[in-house]
Amino acid sequence: MSAIASPLPKTPVAWKLPHRGKIGMASLIFAESAIFTIFVVAYLFYVGKSLTGPTPREVLETPIFYTICLLSSSLTIHFAGKFLERGRRGAFLSLWLLTIVLGGLFMYGTGQEWHRLIYEHGLTISTNLFGTTYYSLVGLHAFHVTAGLVMLSIVLLFGLANRVGTEQSARVEVLSLYWHFVDAVWVIVFTVVYVLGR
Amino acid sequence: MTNKRKTEWKAVAARVTGILVILTGVLLAARLCVASPPGDHPIPSIFDPRSTPAESIRHLSYFVLGITGVIFLVVFSLLSYVVMRFRNRVADSNREPAQVYGSTQIELAWTIIPILIVVVLFLATARVIHAIQDAPKPEEAVEVTAIGHQFWWEFRYPRLGIVTANELHVPVSDPAHPTPTFLKLLSADTDHSFWIPQLAGKTDLIPNHPNGTWLDPHETGLFLGQCAQYCGTQHAKMLLRVYVDSPEDFNAWVRGQQDPANRDEKEAAGRHVFESTACLNCHAITGTNGTGRFGPDLTHLMSRHTLASGAAENTHDNLRLWIQNPDAIKPGSLMPAMKLSDADLGALVRYLETLR
Amino acid sequence: MSSDVMAIQSADAAGRSWTEVLHEWVTTVDHKRLGVLYILYALFFLVVGGIEATIIRIQLMHPHNDFVSPQVFNRMFTMHGTTMIFFVAMPIMFGFANYLVPLMIGARDMAFPRLNAFSFWLMAFGGILLYFSLLGANGLYGAGNAPDVGWWAYAPLTSRAFSPGHSTDYWTIALLVSGFGSIGTAVNIIATILCMRCPGMTLGRMPLLAWLNLIMAGMVILAMSPLTAAQVMLSIDRYLGGHFFDTQAGGSATLWMHFFWIFGHPEVYVLVIPAFAFASEIIPVFSRKPIFGYPVMVGATACIGFVSMSVWAHHMFTIGMNSYANSFFAITTMAVGVPTGIKIFNWLGTMWGGKIQFKTPMLFCTGFLFQFLIAGLTGIMLGAAPFNWQLSGSYFVVAHFHYVIVGGILFALFGAIYYWYPKITGRILNESLGKLHFWLFLIGFHLTFDVMHIPGVLGMPRRIYTYEPGRGWDTMNFLVSIGAFVQGIATLVFVANLIISYFKGAKAGNDPWDAWTLEWSVSSPPPAYNFASVPTVASRRPLWDLKHPEDPDSRYE
Repeated sequence: MSAIASPLPKTPVAWKLPHRGKIGMASLIFAESAIFTIFVVAYLFYVGKSLTGPTPREVLETPIFYTICLLSSSLTIHFAGKFLERGRRGAFLSLWLLTIVLGGLFMYGTGQEWHRLIYEHGLTISTNLFGTTYYSLVGLHAFHVTAGLVMLSIVLLFGLANRVGTEQSARVEVLSLYWHFVDAVWVIVFTVVYVLGR
Repeated sequence: MTNKRKTEWKAVAARVTGILVILTGVLLAARLCVASPPGDHPIPSIFDPRSTPAESIRHLSYFVLGITGVIFLVVFSLLSYVVMRFRNRVADSNREPAQVYGSTQIELAWTIIPILIVVVLFLATARVIHAIQDAPKPEEAVEVTAIGHQFWWEFRYPRLGIVTANELHVPVSDPAHPTPTFLKLLSADTDHSFWIPQLAGKTDLIPNHPNGTWLDPHETGLFLGQCAQYCGTQHAKMLLRVYVDSPEDFNAWVRGQQDPANRDEKEAAGRHVFESTACLNCHAITGTNGTGRFGPDLTHLMSRHTLASGAAENTHDNLRLWIQNPDAIKPGSLMPAMKLSDADLGALVRYLETLR
Repeated sequence: MSSDVMAIQSADAAGRSWTEVLHEWVTTVDHKRLGVLYILYALFFLVVGGIEATIIRIQLMHPHNDFVSPQVFNRMFTMHGTTMIFFVAMPIMFGFANYLVPLMIGARDMAFPRLNAFSFWLMAFGGILLYFSLLGANGLYGAGNAPDVGWWAYAPLTSRAFSPGHSTDYWTIALLVSGFGSIGTAVNIIATILCMRCPGMTLGRMPLLAWLNLIMAGMVILAMSPLTAAQVMLSIDRYLGGHFFDTQAGGSATLWMHFFWIFGHPEVYVLVIPAFAFASEIIPVFSRKPIFGYPVMVGATACIGFVSMSVWAHHMFTIGMNSYANSFFAITTMAVGVPTGIKIFNWLGTMWGGKIQFKTPMLFCTGFLFQFLIAGLTGIMLGAAPFNWQLSGSYFVVAHFHYVIVGGILFALFGAIYYWYPKITGRILNESLGKLHFWLFLIGFHLTFDVMHIPGVLGMPRRIYTYEPGRGWDTMNFLVSIGAFVQGIATLVFVANLIISYFKGAKAGNDPWDAWTLEWSVSSPPPAYNFASVPTVASRRPLWDLKHPEDPDSRYE
């Protein structure tokens, strides 16, 4: 026999299990958090241990503006998702685009900072322990932001081609979970690098 | 005998055979651990300690082995009983046995008892950890700095002004007036580990991470060990020889090591070879231009019984071979083949043989 | 019904060329096919890893042997460890999880079938990349050849200074790539179990195999990532001039050790927990009783999962941590023995009062119980830090962990293969060959790994390509090597059984073992869609309820 026969009761109550996209993304976020934790631990372990070269205090400038950009993008993506659920595609698209712009601004800020650090202060990944840990940690985060921006842009393109509607809001929400994660990681990285590490 | 019976007896037979193998092995090992005559310690067994740290560890091991042995016997008896008593008999194979889902009391019991055992084990362990690691260093302690290299040991006695290699000399320690040896452990390249089982547990030598260990041997003689952390191609031949000397012998050895290099004018040609080839880039001999630290200090080369960190006996032929073709003795070691002419090699070896 | 399904499938098969079949298998996203691919991949590398072990054991049969050079030997033990952990044990556990979990929870496939396929191919590519290193041209010492830095790749041995060339990079990148595959599979397992159970199957009614694989997947998520991070750091050091582990620039060699073992210790629990899962399914069926203490089995395993993330530095007792750190790791290590011991008692409790049938799967599970007990006890011994100071890095440790992995995990795996082979292929493995396999392997295993404890106690370190005669190690090493050959022969018997039974084995039918979980309700092999209609369950043993309507489990749970 290949099916269970009758003696077992048919579904007595509604059988509702969590959405697999959200669980999958949550699991991925746990894995990524573990990776970031290791880089943060390495950063904190090596604070003050560089044998030579520029120190954080000498060269770091706190990126307040770009941090505000990135953190507000969490708000915009959140509301974009809410609008999509309610079927307001225009509002969804505008806020989604704003999210991408804010994320892009953050990346621009990171690039600008790295340019300054490399060309004005001579700090590279191979200069000293601070250089190694700084570029690795901030770079890992920037890599995740970039990956997120690529995915957001793909959704934007689909949205502009009128293929994103209320039916896709669960998937869009899975993607915004990722984006919130990226922002939360920035809060940690910011605290560790620009507050504690100095 | 039915097939089922045969299977049952086979299952028991397997268990019993396993136990016998283990017991035989243990007895064999124990026989090997029986105290060898003094001065001769060829078997570096952790159950044949001659120094306080190793003795504390053996003491703890017996305690732990005792407890785990009892646990093993209890569980093994249960398993054997279950395998014999509850195997399926042909007669009543149609009815399923009583379907028991669990028992809170039993499960509680077999949770609480292991927790108590763990607490006891841990307290015993913590006591020994502290006793060994936090032991204070007395004034009379001999201080040695051990530096691990690929694939040899550098030993310096800073207070005595001695630099030597591979063969460590320490004084015997009288429990009434202890003269332990405290070693500072450093590394010049990769990770190594200092392990003389009969004298102490091992401690690693890690670059940029100074470590320490100590030993207080109660008996004279030669104790064997070797590097215990994989450090590259010739990790296997980074051997250790610890000579525990009587106080007189130790002092004599120290004086010998403190003397400058023997300067025998008969072998000036050989010394010239040493000073004019690449030898002196890696090796030091006091009184010559050789101050290299990459390889062992050769000032008192002939006071050592072995070459290449124990890989070969210190004989004329081996010394020649080691200089001319080290890969024949220790392939992958960092000693290059010196490619000397026969005449140069002969002179050099004769010179080195004067370095007592 | 099932014969119709089989007829349809074989009618399909008749008209297809081998290229079509190959294409189907390479592009499959079906969890059963991917499971089989994982298992076959792992069994192939089991043989490769076994050959590496045989080379090691031949070299060590006599002191000062010259069967292989030190360089080759060092590559052998590095490749043996890396292969066995990453390309045998991990894939085979993922393979079984892939095959069994959807069937056991009444689902049609995993949550993300395409991610499933992608993860498999990532892992497969990693293994091939690692072995491609053997083909790299011989050049400078260390250039373009198999890695020889040990499977833990300790810094600074792995820096450019001490490992020139690319062999270390093959190790790093192969594992990085397959690590991403592992994380993908773990995400898939978690999403499948949490989101795709059939109606009525609450978490408390899942088979233990599903629970244990859920815990295993959670551990992979948390533990694989530190290795990935450390390998990225190592690559930054080697190629971008970074200083993470560069001791000359103030970097720390012990930092690598911490990161590696934060991965390394949970990793071995990742390997053993699925073995527990097999035992927890097989022992009840062959004892004819339900598992004793299901809730505690789940709780104890979750406990093991958590506590095992706090024991990692028991691999580092000799690196010079202070006495407080050493004491902390000693107690956590001993503590993790408590839930593990509880599980052994629960298995014994399952067998107690049962009607045990010693077919081959049960023989292997009984061996697993006996050997895992011993392995766990030597582990507790090694958790006593001072004892560890003597025996870390010695053959005692090698004996201990092989006792766990071969005596425990591999035995449970053999049991699982004999148990589920009928479901996967539709034929039963030959019972006489199975028993021969068991007894030969048991004798070889004990000859090798019981005896191996002794040279460790007598001072023999590990990872040495030869040793000095006269230290009491000679005869022991000889016996250990003989045991290895016996295990090799037993493995050949096993492989022969796998092949012969595939063509000539007795037809299995749906439920050859009279078992109780959902996979035994479908045909052997199952149809591509698993279940014609999604089942509904009311207890932990739905088939027991069907076979014993007068006394269903649902009345007692």
